[in-house]
Amino acid sequence: MSDAVIKCESVYKIFGENAKKMLQEANGNVDAKTFQDNGCIVGVNNASFEVAKGEMLVVMGLSGSGKSTLLRCISRLTDATGGKIFIEGQDLLQLNNKELIDLRRNKMGMVFQSFALLPHKTVVENIAFPLQIKGIKVEESIGKAMEMVKLVGLDGRENYFPRELSGGQQQRVGIARSLAVEPDIWFLDEPFSALDPLIRKEMQDEFLRLQEQLKKTIMFITHDFDEALKLADRIAIMKDGLIEQLDTPAKIVLNPATEYVRKFTEEVPREKVLLIEDVMDKSTDSVGDLKVLKDEVIENVAEKILTQEKTVGVIDDKNNLIGSINPSRIINTVFGGRRNGN
Amino acid sequence: MEILKKYPKLFQWLFLLLVFFGLCFAIDVPETYKFIRGQAEFVKDPNQSTYVFLGKEVRYYAFDVFWRLPPLLGWLPIWINDSLFFLMNEWMPLEFWNEDTQEFKTRPLLLEVSRKLTFFMTFLIELIREILIGGINTIVTFTGWDWISDNPWAELPGLPWTIVTAGAVLLSYHLSGRGLALFAGLTMVYISIFGQWKPSMQTLSFILVAAPLSFMFGLGLGIAAFRNKRVEKALYPILLVMQTMPQYAVLVPAMVLFGVGDHAAVIITMVVAIPPMILLTILGLRAVPPEVIEAGKMSGCNNWQLMFKVLIPTARRDILIGVNQVIMVCFSMAVISAFIAAKGLGYNLLLALNRLDIGLALEAGLCISLIAILLDKMSLAWANKQEDYFGNLTFIQRNKNILFFLGTVIVGIVLAYIGTYLFKGTHNYLFEVPHNKGISTADFWNRGVDWIFDTFFVYIKAFNTWLIQDVLQPMRAMYLRMPAIATIVLVVGAGYLIGGIRSALIVCGLTLFIALSPWWDRALVTTYMATFGVIVSCTIGFIVGTLSFQNKHSASFMLGVCDIFQTFPSFVYLIPVMMLFGITDTSVLIAVIVYATIPATRYTIEGLRSVPAGLHDAATMSGVNKFQRLTKIEFPLAFPHMMLGINQTIVFALFMVIIGAFIGTEDLGQYILKALSDKNGAGIGLTLGVCVAFIALIFDNLIRSWVEKRKKHLGIA
Repeated sequence: MSDAVIKCESVYKIFGENAKKMLQEANGNVDAKTFQDNGCIVGVNNASFEVAKGEMLVVMGLSGSGKSTLLRCISRLTDATGGKIFIEGQDLLQLNNKELIDLRRNKMGMVFQSFALLPHKTVVENIAFPLQIKGIKVEESIGKAMEMVKLVGLDGRENYFPRELSGGQQQRVGIARSLAVEPDIWFLDEPFSALDPLIRKEMQDEFLRLQEQLKKTIMFITHDFDEALKLADRIAIMKDGLIEQLDTPAKIVLNPATEYVRKFTEEVPREKVLLIEDVMDKSTDSVGDLKVLKDEVIENVAEKILTQEKTVGVIDDKNNLIGSINPSRIINTVFGGRRNGN
Repeated sequence: MEILKKYPKLFQWLFLLLVFFGLCFAIDVPETYKFIRGQAEFVKDPNQSTYVFLGKEVRYYAFDVFWRLPPLLGWLPIWINDSLFFLMNEWMPLEFWNEDTQEFKTRPLLLEVSRKLTFFMTFLIELIREILIGGINTIVTFTGWDWISDNPWAELPGLPWTIVTAGAVLLSYHLSGRGLALFAGLTMVYISIFGQWKPSMQTLSFILVAAPLSFMFGLGLGIAAFRNKRVEKALYPILLVMQTMPQYAVLVPAMVLFGVGDHAAVIITMVVAIPPMILLTILGLRAVPPEVIEAGKMSGCNNWQLMFKVLIPTARRDILIGVNQVIMVCFSMAVISAFIAAKGLGYNLLLALNRLDIGLALEAGLCISLIAILLDKMSLAWANKQEDYFGNLTFIQRNKNILFFLGTVIVGIVLAYIGTYLFKGTHNYLFEVPHNKGISTADFWNRGVDWIFDTFFVYIKAFNTWLIQDVLQPMRAMYLRMPAIATIVLVVGAGYLIGGIRSALIVCGLTLFIALSPWWDRALVTTYMATFGVIVSCTIGFIVGTLSFQNKHSASFMLGVCDIFQTFPSFVYLIPVMMLFGITDTSVLIAVIVYATIPATRYTIEGLRSVPAGLHDAATMSGVNKFQRLTKIEFPLAFPHMMLGINQTIVFALFMVIIGAFIGTEDLGQYILKALSDKNGAGIGLTLGVCVAFIALIFDNLIRSWVEKRKKHLGIA
């Protein structure tokens, strides 16, 4: 892709004193065990990928998989040990301190797992903080922050302190703060992990609504596979610093690249994740009267299709017939070949 | 063999004790050995050996090296002294412009710096003092006598006590609410009507200068240490020694550098108050969650913005706890600084104690205690106060406290003015109650003390005799009977068994320093007194703590009591014991026990409290009774924390033993007291202080190593 906003070329992050030297000696062949024996811990191992403009890449992995480290390399909160990172074509690792601060003040926003709000500032002051740091006048920044307060639905609470808010509300503030400077790139580090399941779902929906509106380029970190499936354009699954698979949710569910990835996909309710488009046949022969949209989630149309005897046609949003799907396909997808032996 | 394998540690300890006692019995007391009292060490005696090092002659009584090591560091105090003298009087002479004589004058750099610093400090103290109690010095500094005599109205009259009281009440109300405001009011009125106003304000002005300066330096150094590992590494050992060095001992070098008086006291107070501020600053900044720092960075903060807009505000509470510490240290130093002639409450207390006027001492002591509690509660309330949002309030609502205070200033001035007519010819009580015109209960207390003495003399005396003859003397003799080599083997062995080779080396170094100083015997006496105090304190603290832990309210109450007692400057504890036991070792030891019981009790309760509630429930569901729960669950888990309490107890006990020299003991403290009145005392005082600090650090190292191991073992790091 030429319009890649974030581009990583074999990025490494290795913790330890001799990390740089060892990486050079390893010559692109980093083995976590060998490094560990020499007192180094491999955080990120040879990560290469691109994120296109307006795309949401979700990095999914369990704790210790290096997903947060990867995000911190790309936001340069920590310096990568090796490799290249480009942000809109700029070589991130070559930036000096001033350029880096400029980049963060104008291009980047970040949301944190533990909210990371400033305890001595009110909601609106917290949101206005990045603006004031940039040097924008107090009144102007407060005015702008008030818009953000409305955007995340916290109007009426702008003068509360973080300690007076619930977790979900605090994270709304965190989100508003990260959006205040209108960044192009939006980093979210497990933003909903510290929240209750119900609140989490509500925040995810809210987040999707925001993204619909704002169309940011997003890197979203999570340890929750369902969350990844729900939000992502593409998912990168990480284990021990390595990216095991990077693909769209549907492709990951249908074709897990490794045993590790397959374990995650086993329990996934496919009918909720896959679209008709993902499972349809390309042939358009002997199609019945019923037509379904290719972008429908299987779950929503399964009943309709299953009550048909004939093959059902698939159309795109311009009403062109582009494929077909028969009921047995649906049954196969949902129930077939899921658990070993069954 | 089986049993040896099963309990290897136990046998290692037994072996160590065996070697220790073996050495003790194998090495006889040399016939010429006697505990040297008083000045004898400085008298030239043909029996003494001498050696010369760095041009300094050291005289000492030589013994078998196994019995007592020769004072190979004996030159150190003399050398420190000479170096200080050289630095002050000869090093880097520079030309300085003299305003008075209108000519250049040659003066050593350090002397000039010291003079300038002295001048600056004196000016600050005088200025604040004049605001509080009136005077003309600062105006004279700015203008000159002529101008003052021409313009008598310009003489600062000082604030009437009514205004200061109102200020304290309003501030307390603003910080914490009605309770503290009431306490502040009562305290200030007490101070005023008992005629302690002037010394109290002198002490307060001392704190108002020392505390903010200490805060600024402490914060600055703390930030520097936080940002730069190397700075921290350089500061750490100094901080460690300063925390365990008796405050008393630092007074001595201060005298050499800055002379006696308030300015010297302020400067030395800063030296003592800065370390805790640095530590708490570092601690607070470290405690800021990493994500908050990252959020700051991602908001585009530069280093400066990150520190002052993100880190410091987030660490606000810890930093303000540091301020609380600074204020309390300043206050306790303000009292102790009486020894180098700083004015204020401490000075009155010292005078009263010197005259054995217990009544007066009690009044001053009570005053000191009340102010200490007030300062402590106010600064803590400040630390715990959470900011309110007031953007939507009007100007009057926002500043109502300040406006109210301005109102009381006017009322106070008017009252004081009316007072000049009301009390014509006598003192204006609405302005200030003079020292001799306040209510005094001194006579009452003195009569009370006399009565106690008359009534209980026999019992007190019997107790005294029993304690000294049957407990203290034998214990002291036992300590002095230890050959130096045996002590060193014991301490280093313990270090090795507890903390491995590293610990053993550190402890060995610290012990050797003391053993090679000329004061090994004195250090043994100090240690024996401290040991006695610590054993009794820990027993009491342990029992009291455990008992009061049985009930939630009594535990909180006990912690509150500990809080209050801890705020009193250690000096105050000498008043009641002198009242009861006169001038004896018993007095000192009782003061030590009372003072050191505070941390022992506090850490017992806190340790027991720190046992997770889940374990409580689990134990209860396993069907344990209260006693079993205590012995099987709570004590084992709380023990590491309780050991840290013992650590604190040792430090407290040592401080008190040293201050006890004021009553009269034969230990290191006695020499520190002596060094205070010796013009060559700086080196001695400093070395002695370091010796005391090292005693504390030896125990500190052993206990901490043990606690860390134990905590790791229990998985509660």
